[in-house]
Amino acid sequence: MKRYGIANVVTAALLFFAGYAALFIAPDEATMHAIQRIFYFHASSGWAAMEASLIVFVANVAYLAKRNPQWDWLAVSAAEVSLAFWSVMLVTGPIWAHPVWGVWWTWDWRLTLTLILWILYVAYLILRTLVTDPERRAVFSAIFGIFVFLGVPLDYLSIRIWRTQHPQPVVFGEANSGLDPTMLKVFFYCSGVMTLLMILLVRQRYKLERLRYETEELRLAAEEHEEHVDARPGAPASRAGKS
Amino acid sequence: MNAARAASIVLGREIRAEMRTRELLQTTIVFAVIVVVLFNFAFEPSVGEARRFGPGLIWIALLFSASLMLNPSFAREQSNDTIYALRMAPASSFAILLGKTLANLLFLCITEVILLPVFSVLYNVPLLPVIGRLALVLFLGTFGIVVVGTVFSALATQARLRELLLPLLLLPVLIPLLFASVEATAGLLEDAPALDRTWMAVLIAFDVVFFTASWLLCDYLLEE
Repeated sequence: MKRYGIANVVTAALLFFAGYAALFIAPDEATMHAIQRIFYFHASSGWAAMEASLIVFVANVAYLAKRNPQWDWLAVSAAEVSLAFWSVMLVTGPIWAHPVWGVWWTWDWRLTLTLILWILYVAYLILRTLVTDPERRAVFSAIFGIFVFLGVPLDYLSIRIWRTQHPQPVVFGEANSGLDPTMLKVFFYCSGVMTLLMILLVRQRYKLERLRYETEELRLAAEEHEEHVDARPGAPASRAGKS
Repeated sequence: MNAARAASIVLGREIRAEMRTRELLQTTIVFAVIVVVLFNFAFEPSVGEARRFGPGLIWIALLFSASLMLNPSFAREQSNDTIYALRMAPASSFAILLGKTLANLLFLCITEVILLPVFSVLYNVPLLPVIGRLALVLFLGTFGIVVVGTVFSALATQARLRELLLPLLLLPVLIPLLFASVEATAGLLEDAPALDRTWMAVLIAFDVVFFTASWLLCDYLLEE
């Protein structure tokens, strides 16, 4: 337990330093100035989101192969955390885009793909809330998760083809073309810290899911035990309606 | 019993059940036509605009109709408890899924046969000159819809709010298919109609990827 307390504190310190590095160490961008600094959190959240999504897929496949509920706990934990990071991307992106591109949103392939992934993980989590039986929920969400993951390359492909056929409304070129070495260092540092944060969050959520599972098991066992006691001949007719 | 024979028996059973009432088909067709008609009130398109937005309209109407039509595919089995009989039948789960997929493919194709002439007449978009190539695009797109949709129908059936859940699961996963089908159809409605090879390749890739996935995962789908 203590180990994780230390990990939390260290990550918090590293995150704090990431904020400092993004604001004060990274050099000023020539055309975008201060607003460009959001990039260090925006893009690194993107990395963390992708890594978490990959964990979801691996856990989905592993669950179907092994049928160990632990893989299902990992899948739901990573899915929720990836949704959080995709949301960070979708919020920080327009904050940056409005002053730089002059619009909040454009149907550029990165934005479109992020939005689609966000919707798909929301659907994944909604599916989970609507299936009661734990095993069925695990199997169904694993199947859906695998379908989602298989669709991503096709989404990417079709958005790229679509975008090359239609004119680009974007004013500026790519933000990370020819990045300054210090900027690159700060960016890699921030991505590393975000990954660490992602792992900690998944772990925390996993623990919660395990507790939920155990509570559910206990509740079912208690119900079964009660029925067993009630069914015993000569048992006291304590319940209403039994006398 | 081999898979093809088992699948054809399931297909025959689905068709027989549907032909007794025809309720699924008539409801789906009327729904699709309503979507196409509503488009006029919402956008009031000129002939040029109808040509420009027509492909999107057709596919949105088909996607919405499919996401409603596919729900009873497994929900009916559930409410009549016939799902247990299906599971006990000496047929692989892939054969059962395939039979149902083919039945849904047939029903959705029938819907299209009615929907397209209605669209063509209401919006003055001539479809007859490109009917062969259009049929190919429609078939590939429809196949993709029903392959994913039949699997998701089995998922949604055992959840709460299944009628709402199915479109929620199905529509976002079909986004690449929507892209490819709409763009391929749009290529056929231009002044010099041409079948876009790239989009056809995306459509075929979609069909192959998800057909394989449903083949690999169908055992988990229909287990007790």
